[in-house]
Amino acid sequence: MSERHRREWIYKLCTYGAIVGLFAFFLQVQNQADEYQIRILNVSAVFVTLAVSYNLINGVAGQFSLGPNAFMAVGAYTTALLTLSPAEKELSFIIEPIIWPLSVLHLPFLPSLLIGGAFAALLGFIMAFPVFRVRGDYLAIVTLGFGEVIRVVANNVQSITNGPLGLKGLSEYTNLWWSWGVAVFTVFCVTRLVKSSFGRAMQAIREDEVAAAAMGINVFRHKMLAFVVHAFFAGMAGGLMAHLITTISPTLFSFFLTFNLLVIIVIGGLGSMTGSIIAAIIITHAGEWLRAVEEPMAIGPFNIPGIPGMRMVVFSIMLILVMIFARQGLMGRREFSWKWFCGFLKIGKRRG
Amino acid sequence: MNKGDKLQHKIIYSVAVSVFFCICLPFLLPSLSLAGKPIRIGVYLPMTGPVAAFGQMEWAGIQAAHQMRPTVLGRQVELVLVDEKSDRIEAANAVSRLLKKEKIQAIIGSATSSNTMAGSALSEKAKIPMVSPTATLPLVTQNKKYVFRVCFIDSFQGEAAAMFAYRNLKARRVAVIVDRAQDYCVGLASYFKKAFTHLGGKIVSMAYCQTGDQDFSAQLTSIPASQSDLLYLPNYYAEDALIARQACELGLNIPILSADGAQAPELIKIGGKAVEGLYLLAHFAPEGAATPLAKEFMEFFKKTRHEETSGFHALGADAYFVLLDAIKRAGRTDGDAIRTALASTRGFGGVSGIIKIGPDGNAVKSAVILQVRGGQFKYLTIVKPW
Amino acid sequence: MDLSLFLQQLLNGISLGSLYALIAIGYTMVYGIIRLINFAHGDILMVSTYFAYFGISVYALPWWLSVVMAILLTALLGILIDLGAYRPVRHAPRISALITAIGVSFLLENLGLVVFGGRPKAFYRPDFLDKTYELGGVRVFSLSIWVPLVTALLLALVFLLLYRTRVGAAMRAVAKDMEMVQLMGIDVNRVISLTFAVGSALAAAGGIMWAMKYPQINPLMGIIPGLKAFVAAVIGGIGNIHGAVLGGLLLGITEILLVAFLPSLAGYRDAFAFILLILILLFRPTGLAGKDTIG
Repeated sequence: MSERHRREWIYKLCTYGAIVGLFAFFLQVQNQADEYQIRILNVSAVFVTLAVSYNLINGVAGQFSLGPNAFMAVGAYTTALLTLSPAEKELSFIIEPIIWPLSVLHLPFLPSLLIGGAFAALLGFIMAFPVFRVRGDYLAIVTLGFGEVIRVVANNVQSITNGPLGLKGLSEYTNLWWSWGVAVFTVFCVTRLVKSSFGRAMQAIREDEVAAAAMGINVFRHKMLAFVVHAFFAGMAGGLMAHLITTISPTLFSFFLTFNLLVIIVIGGLGSMTGSIIAAIIITHAGEWLRAVEEPMAIGPFNIPGIPGMRMVVFSIMLILVMIFARQGLMGRREFSWKWFCGFLKIGKRRG
Repeated sequence: MNKGDKLQHKIIYSVAVSVFFCICLPFLLPSLSLAGKPIRIGVYLPMTGPVAAFGQMEWAGIQAAHQMRPTVLGRQVELVLVDEKSDRIEAANAVSRLLKKEKIQAIIGSATSSNTMAGSALSEKAKIPMVSPTATLPLVTQNKKYVFRVCFIDSFQGEAAAMFAYRNLKARRVAVIVDRAQDYCVGLASYFKKAFTHLGGKIVSMAYCQTGDQDFSAQLTSIPASQSDLLYLPNYYAEDALIARQACELGLNIPILSADGAQAPELIKIGGKAVEGLYLLAHFAPEGAATPLAKEFMEFFKKTRHEETSGFHALGADAYFVLLDAIKRAGRTDGDAIRTALASTRGFGGVSGIIKIGPDGNAVKSAVILQVRGGQFKYLTIVKPW
Repeated sequence: MDLSLFLQQLLNGISLGSLYALIAIGYTMVYGIIRLINFAHGDILMVSTYFAYFGISVYALPWWLSVVMAILLTALLGILIDLGAYRPVRHAPRISALITAIGVSFLLENLGLVVFGGRPKAFYRPDFLDKTYELGGVRVFSLSIWVPLVTALLLALVFLLLYRTRVGAAMRAVAKDMEMVQLMGIDVNRVISLTFAVGSALAAAGGIMWAMKYPQINPLMGIIPGLKAFVAAVIGGIGNIHGAVLGGLLLGITEILLVAFLPSLAGYRDAFAFILLILILLFRPTGLAGKDTIG
């Protein structure tokens, strides 16, 4: 076995070791941490899934979409409608009864989640035809428009979505295994895709669409691929989110959600999966820590009244500052690799 | 080491010490002032967002009640407020935070039915009793062992409103505009419809709007053709005020009957002349208050807050008083003991009237009818439970 | 549906459309000059209504004075936003500028929540706007007449500025070729600042009239008018002022008529604008009136 092969083999082993380590950590957490901490970890995982898949279309393929909320909504509603028991559905739909096939369908969590992702991917596939006829900020606006349209439709097709009342009483299926399992799976798939010839083609399109087309790359098909993959994972994340908070309504999937994702991938670095993962975890936790500034504090004899809304002020300022002073974000387009890591720790440096 | 260096060291040392004490001070102070471990009551209410008015009013009521009666079982009561931002997810977050991080013994909240249900799923699992001041939807306490409320429920409110509309206002053909984004509004509208048709009246038009809507011309234009003699608006104040205004602009001249969710100063501020004469079914009117606690509270509230007691102040205070009474009767602070005591509340003379709470968690009490006159809510009559 | 009701709804549509038009001009002018979708435009409008609210209800100034001051302050706010957030990213990729604009939008909304609170506030409506007239069977609400009149007046002023002053000529020149104008010795940054000022002032005028129409303001009120006005700008061909006016009117009238004659579709009202937008971008990406420059 050559030196290079052996090295790669060791790196692979390290990756699997790290994943096993991660889940061993969760086993520990599951037993010891309280529900609040577990909840935050679950939310982090959902955002890792979302951010990594969102970064694929925005960072890697360079197509600035503002519509992940649409895919999340479709994924969440599909999954929820499939896991809810017929009795629950009948109880929830008080204005108009639910339409026939949905009223009796009842599936376990995993198939529901996959179907949710598939429906989101299908929407992505259909959307791709109009969306990729335009570029740049027009593309941003068209995807934003689709997000709004989906939300309005969810508000109005009462017999499928129960309108603005939303769906209630979902079982809390999402736990650390599901959420982080999906997150790890997403990271695996997306990084493999980025490193493949498809990924290189996407990057070429990002850098110069005309040149890429001249090189014989089918521009539309690669954009479509990135978009559909993004949609699939965003849909799954939506399903996970729904079964984490156990109640969904159209307002949940507003542009606000997209904004949070945008903050994450921009701070992590557009195009860097590592950056997205780190930023997703940091931002979710920071969101919880920053709750402190929104609540009344007593510092000695002084009572500082809480300032609700301060969290989002901090995030928006952060976004603007990153754009002005550190456009590369945390990671730029760099990725984590064991090679870099070993170099960083100065181990395994040539033994002969 | 020369003299200058020594001086510098001294300065640095003293600065360091004083900074250290300043940091420690907040941690030291509370521990000095408290004798015995305080009882912690968590409060989650909408302090921001579309229905913030209710949260803020109820919080003022709870705080005033707390100032009036700050101890129980010889221990201090501590209130921990978390904002649920008029949002269901934030409500669930808030309750999970109260339960896990703040280690509270009981919870007061929330103002709206949707958000109370989002939160109560968690508190029920943790077996921590929750008292809602104003969640009126019947579903809120259904199949819940640890969820209570101090307000009447919408099935009662809908029937009472239908009776008032049919008997007092002599209405026979009613148009309804419902905010379909709120469980409370949708539920109330259907109870009203059931009771009103049962009495022999007719619902001639049922139109839907959505929280945050600003233009209601589509819903209103069809009403004149339906020849209705009453407009029933079982919604929150922001929508009701705008609907009343635009009805006025369209020249719609029929009386309007609204529900407890509209009793906020904003209804009159936003509605202006258009809400003059509007009828309102509500929880509380200062003129109708009879219990000694009500008199004491209204005086105290006026003195400390320089404001008249409104329905939401009263119900916020009642949630606190009822909970305190239950803790006193239970003699302990564990969830099950408080729960049992809450479920056997009988004839409690609260601010908003005599309150009886059954094992189903619902309060049985009377409602009042108010009318907006001269830019104020005026007491018209009382509706007793039957 | 009879004729009088149609006329009444048409008037409502024109009045709503002229508000969209006023707000859309701000989008179009800024885009025409620096190719930036000023996402925060709707939120600038929101802030302007709070300026007016504070003048009228808190400091008890006469309403017209408050309105004038609110418009001036909003113009200043527009300049400050350009200076603080947009100028530093002017030479960055356009997507970076767009992200910055989204950031500014959320910043304004949430600062609004922090400073003004989330509770909606009642907005003042002068008495002469609060009347209804009967004209030959058509019920006319006085506000619905005043709004298009004021809009027409403001539009006339904008066109005077653009076509009859040196500054206006400079604006049009910058939109055509920024680098060339710079070489000619014109201070481009000042021209851009002025564009932001004019755009924001128009948004303020539109926003205050909006607040008088729907007399309730809150920190998130700018989102919907902002988005719809943006759609109007795109429909008219973004960068084109005539187009923005046309797009605004078209959107306002179709929206009102749709709701009035097909009330069952009223719930889809907000989606309607976006569906229109998607269709326009697909089949006529440069908008109905075309041309990608100011003028």
